[in-house]
Amino acid sequence: MKATHNGSIRRSLGTVGTYATLSVISLIMIIPFLWMISTSFKEPQKIFTYPPQLIPTTFRFENYADVFKLIPFEWFYFNSVYIAFLVVGGTVFFASLAGYAFARIPFAGRNFVFLILLSAMMIPHEVTAIPMFLFMRELGWIDTHLPLILLPIFGAGGVFGIFVMRQFFITIPKELEEAAMIDGCNRFRIYGQIMIPIAKPGLATLTIFTFVTNWNEFFDPLIFINTRNLMTLPLGLSLFTDEVGTAWHHLMSATVMATVPLLIIFFLAQRQFIEGVAMTGLKE
Amino acid sequence: MVLGFTLLLLFPMGLALYMSFTDWPLLGDHKFIGLDNYQHILSDSLFWKVLTNTVYFTVGLVPLNIILALLLALLLSKNLRGIGLFRTAIFVPVMTSLIVWSIVWKYMFATDSGLINQLLMVFNIKGPAWLYDTDLAMPAVIVTSVLKNVGLNMVLFIAALQQVPRSLYEAATLDGAGKTKSFFNVTLPMITPTVFLTVVMTVIGSLKVFGQIFVMTQGGPSNSTKVLVYYIWEKAFKLFQLGYASSLAFVLFFVVLVLTLVQWQLRKRWVFNESDA
Repeated sequence: MKATHNGSIRRSLGTVGTYATLSVISLIMIIPFLWMISTSFKEPQKIFTYPPQLIPTTFRFENYADVFKLIPFEWFYFNSVYIAFLVVGGTVFFASLAGYAFARIPFAGRNFVFLILLSAMMIPHEVTAIPMFLFMRELGWIDTHLPLILLPIFGAGGVFGIFVMRQFFITIPKELEEAAMIDGCNRFRIYGQIMIPIAKPGLATLTIFTFVTNWNEFFDPLIFINTRNLMTLPLGLSLFTDEVGTAWHHLMSATVMATVPLLIIFFLAQRQFIEGVAMTGLKE
Repeated sequence: MVLGFTLLLLFPMGLALYMSFTDWPLLGDHKFIGLDNYQHILSDSLFWKVLTNTVYFTVGLVPLNIILALLLALLLSKNLRGIGLFRTAIFVPVMTSLIVWSIVWKYMFATDSGLINQLLMVFNIKGPAWLYDTDLAMPAVIVTSVLKNVGLNMVLFIAALQQVPRSLYEAATLDGAGKTKSFFNVTLPMITPTVFLTVVMTVIGSLKVFGQIFVMTQGGPSNSTKVLVYYIWEKAFKLFQLGYASSLAFVLFFVVLVLTLVQWQLRKRWVFNESDA
């Protein structure tokens, strides 16, 4: 009797300890965001107050309006959204087609080509960036969005997509296809009407992955884009820190606007997202 | 299509290799100079500084990241009320743009208006100028980076922990193993493939650190946080020494390649495979 009593005390102490540890770490994760939101509403002279204020005494909404006057923020946003949209669409389309081909259509040297693709995935992006820059300069594509759209679709991101999709298609039983072939379906109908619907979880994972990677991409915009109106959010905001480095209230308003929509989307889709990451077991 | 992929990945790779043997300015002709760039690297004192910084970052970040991620995964795989909330809190930075995260943390570390120093002031401590101190800047960047990415490894560990068969724990308990003992004798050996994967990926990711350095310190103060990719970027796209930058990039490539191969070999020694059992 006494032993079990001790046991349950220890267990509830353990639970309390777990909650305490988790709360502390979660707080460290969340506080920067709260501080960012708080600063975004502060008046410039109230940023440095003692003791620190989490809830400002007066809310200064003009900070948000000012951002649009100081930097072409609406353009950063628009560029990021439409580029991400095209890159995700393109990657999912091409990667699922190629992934299907690698999984199901036997052609000469298939495994060899696949191996080359996988090894190409290992090349650090920074190595090929320099020749790619020259290549894009030859084409006259510097300071346009074309490299930011085409390179992710047909570069390492695309190869990653092929790899993910191939893994999904391989697990689908062959009998399904054979039955459809007997019914007179061709490859493209099989791909479109049978394989794609079954591979939905794979497509969802790839969509989320590609979106997050592309939305956060920084290195490519940094080397390919010079004009302010053509910049994407990460690049635009990073350069903004240099120019008006001390105007933290404006900078924080801009980062709130850049982050909050993403957090809302994440909150709605978190279950699929976390499962998707765990399922593929792969990082960018 | 496959040809396109190969061309877009392998052709630039070949060109990069050729460029690493040349003196290649942005404008004007390039000339072939053989191994001169690589010889120059060996005597480039800034290169050694940069390499040391990169190793410092990696050695500082990887153990912290893996241990924290594993600890969090162990806590979060318990069936507790409100666990989803904690998972979300820890995973949110993974979703946030690295640049935005770095900007916010640069602000947290700011000397006068940063929250960290304001909190220290409450305890009457005058906080240091974190990002302007040669000893503190790198640790600050490391902490920022660990918090940014720990959620990703955590999720992978949660997935791995869920796949450990319950029966093994029951057997361990019957043998009289306590919690600590069954963690080291059952849990850890069973999840070694995931530990291996996360370590390799995190090491490779750390060697390529760039965004947080660009935003938080620009490599400073006095080069104390200048890392390899930042140096490559500076040489190639600021100073337009494309040949020298290419040879630096190949040094990075070989480090990544060798590390991957070595770890692949070592894996056989310490990763538990079900087929070996």
